[in-house]
Amino acid sequence: MQRTKDGEFTTGAGLTREATIKIGQQLRAMYDEVVKEGVPDRFTDLLKRLDNQDRGGEGSHS
Amino acid sequence: MSLDNATRDSILAAIPNLRAFAISLSGNVDRADDLVQETILRALKNIDSFEPGTNMPAWLFTILRNLFRSEYRKRKREVEDATGMYADSLKSQPEQSTKLEFEELRVALDKLPDDQREAVILVGASGFSYEEAAAICGCAVGTIKSRVNRARNRLAELMSIDDLDDLGPDRQTRAVLSVDRS
Repeated sequence: MQRTKDGEFTTGAGLTREATIKIGQQLRAMYDEVVKEGVPDRFTDLLKRLDNQDRGGEGSHS
Repeated sequence: MSLDNATRDSILAAIPNLRAFAISLSGNVDRADDLVQETILRALKNIDSFEPGTNMPAWLFTILRNLFRSEYRKRKREVEDATGMYADSLKSQPEQSTKLEFEELRVALDKLPDDQREAVILVGASGFSYEEAAAICGCAVGTIKSRVNRARNRLAELMSIDDLDDLGPDRQTRAVLSVDRS
């Protein structure tokens, strides 16, 4: 497999530059779909709950 | 356990990326969210070992990665035989994070060895440097580089993106451009 000196694949037996870019774009697109959803309530609630416990149980006293 | 506002905010800020990483690793939204929750609980329990001012996302990614490696892998193997389960779950959750659009990539990612999958996601999608990814995975920078390269090669193979012919529109654009130039 041919590579340039900085490890990037060259055309030939390895990946073309276009193929590398295309894979990167697809990976990021899939990933960003999730990132765009932000923080689900489940996690803000969790941190709030833990925070209250931490402050002496103002949210968890019986 | 002391949870000051700055720490809580930096954990909150990292959650969207942690979820994306967890979903990319596990291929399952519910399991990924459980994994993120465990990561937060583990992080808060060990918050004293986090140095304020250092890289909070990288620290959380390290915890999540290690949790995934230790527990979730075992569970994944249990359901691996249920072929088609993943595709079905996609069809039944059109509004969920893993969309049909990315099914081919998801299926291909799932076929990678764990070490290659995590490397290509950390560097290619999360945007960590090779150095940060190496620290998260606990290995040498050169090891991460070669894992990323192998992962890209394998993904290209699995998704049939191995030469210019598969990049139809790009190729046509190039052809048009070269015609224009002559």
